[in-house]
Amino acid sequence: MNTNGNAKIRTRDLSLFYGQKQALHHITMDIPSRQVTALIGPSGCGKSTFLRSLNRMNDLIDDVRIEGQVLIDDVDVYDRQVDVVELRKQVGMIFQKSNPFPKSIYENVAYGPKINGIRDKKRLDEIVETTLHRAALWGEVKDELKKSAFALSGGQQQRLCIARALAVDPKVLLMDEPASALDPIATAKIEELIYELKVNYTIVIVTHNMQQAARVSDYTGFFYLGGLVEFDETKKIFTTPEKKQTEDYITGRFG
Amino acid sequence: MNLRRIVLGSTVVGASGLAVFSIVAVVIVVMSTIVMNGIGALSWEFFTAAPKEGMTEGGIFPAIVGTALLVIIMSIAGIPVGTITAIYLSEYASQKSPFARGIRFAVNTLAGVPAIVFGLFGLGFFIQVVGSGMDQVLSGGAELKWGQPNILWASLTMAILTLPVVIVSVEEAIKTVPQDLRAASLALGATKWQTIWRVVLPNSVTGILTGGILAVSRGAGEVAPILFTGAAYFLPQLPTELSDQFMELGYHIYIMSTQSTNVEATRGIQYATTLVLLMLTFILNFSAIFLRSRMRARRIRL
Repeated sequence: MNTNGNAKIRTRDLSLFYGQKQALHHITMDIPSRQVTALIGPSGCGKSTFLRSLNRMNDLIDDVRIEGQVLIDDVDVYDRQVDVVELRKQVGMIFQKSNPFPKSIYENVAYGPKINGIRDKKRLDEIVETTLHRAALWGEVKDELKKSAFALSGGQQQRLCIARALAVDPKVLLMDEPASALDPIATAKIEELIYELKVNYTIVIVTHNMQQAARVSDYTGFFYLGGLVEFDETKKIFTTPEKKQTEDYITGRFG
Repeated sequence: MNLRRIVLGSTVVGASGLAVFSIVAVVIVVMSTIVMNGIGALSWEFFTAAPKEGMTEGGIFPAIVGTALLVIIMSIAGIPVGTITAIYLSEYASQKSPFARGIRFAVNTLAGVPAIVFGLFGLGFFIQVVGSGMDQVLSGGAELKWGQPNILWASLTMAILTLPVVIVSVEEAIKTVPQDLRAASLALGATKWQTIWRVVLPNSVTGILTGGILAVSRGAGEVAPILFTGAAYFLPQLPTELSDQFMELGYHIYIMSTQSTNVEATRGIQYATTLVLLMLTFILNFSAIFLRSRMRARRIRL
């Protein structure tokens, strides 16, 4: 499949095991730069596991073993030389359940810059303002930056988490069902935001919602039973899929 | 058959009711005895004056100050060590590793050691080994300063005794910090230590406080560990240095009831001192329970 040769992330024969159980089977995939790639598939198909292997969040789980390669800008992220902390600064992540820190809105966004050693108040103010703008939240919160993040609505909290991730200036954003807990209006806002963000970021989004995948993504990968069944332009996947399984899934025959 | 079931049922209900009643009754009898006998001796002077006339008059001010100093030094020494241990056990150690299991076993054993053994340990280790060693180094053994009972050694002995309480409380608090928050921090490129320092610990403050309060309440109520390590029968002035001895509430009750020349004459003061000590530990325990319930409530909310 042609992704114009400008892949940001390449996985080569990536397999992942939880103890004895194999969760991913030989995934080879080129995720294009500055595009939105959606990963779809039924529950337990490995799409979230795949996503979490891109920024090595699976490292936190005991007994996980990886085979194959994940190359981001041609660097194997599982290479011994790679600093996982640096990797995660490059590859931000948005979780299914919004998880702001029990701190103020300001402190949530400033958390990343602060752990990177930025102390200057002016500089922090600047970063907080720009990233909140980028996450389309500034207008709603600019007068209450000192308020607790928990005072925000669910959709606002999720956009705050996006702002928090943007504040460390990543190149890639991984989103694990970012809108699954939100109402349609909040979901629409997140989708709009994803559309704007792809100008600057490579976005990989896991979603259960096929309309969402069709709306926001340029490319779609269909996962089933730990394998990548089909990966192509979203248009093609949703109109003329090559594999029978893909067609059955997107037409709602199973999953 | 049916009759047998009814008889059996009512016997069980009756027996458990009786057991509950006797426990409550014991508490009521203990409390009312102490309150009725002690309340008369409570006065402003009782809280602010030193014992007089062979402890048959005056107050318990030096014992209150001594107890406060004891638990403060104990907390300064014990809470950081306990907190760091709890962080290691819950955040760093693999739950299956023999080393972590060894630490857990040690903590549980420590919790089960009789208090008097800690007292003897304090005497044998802190005073005779560490203190005497310090005297040798500082003055060539010419001056006996650290190699004798004092408030520092008593506090450190008490800190070891209360360590398991702190470790267990802090560990419980760390476990209530949602895994989501750790993941969020790590995904932002924070190191493990940055995550602990900026996310886990600030969210465990209530638990650390609870542990501290429980330790203080336990420490304030123990006499055996300080028996040989620093508590004094009577002192004309308050301790001003770490190498001074001190008076303490629990120990004060012990000596008034066993060592006094006129036990009968000190009876009122004994009860009043006991009342003060009980109130102190009750207040501490209730604040610990209060903090803990707030912590649990938060865990449910998040």
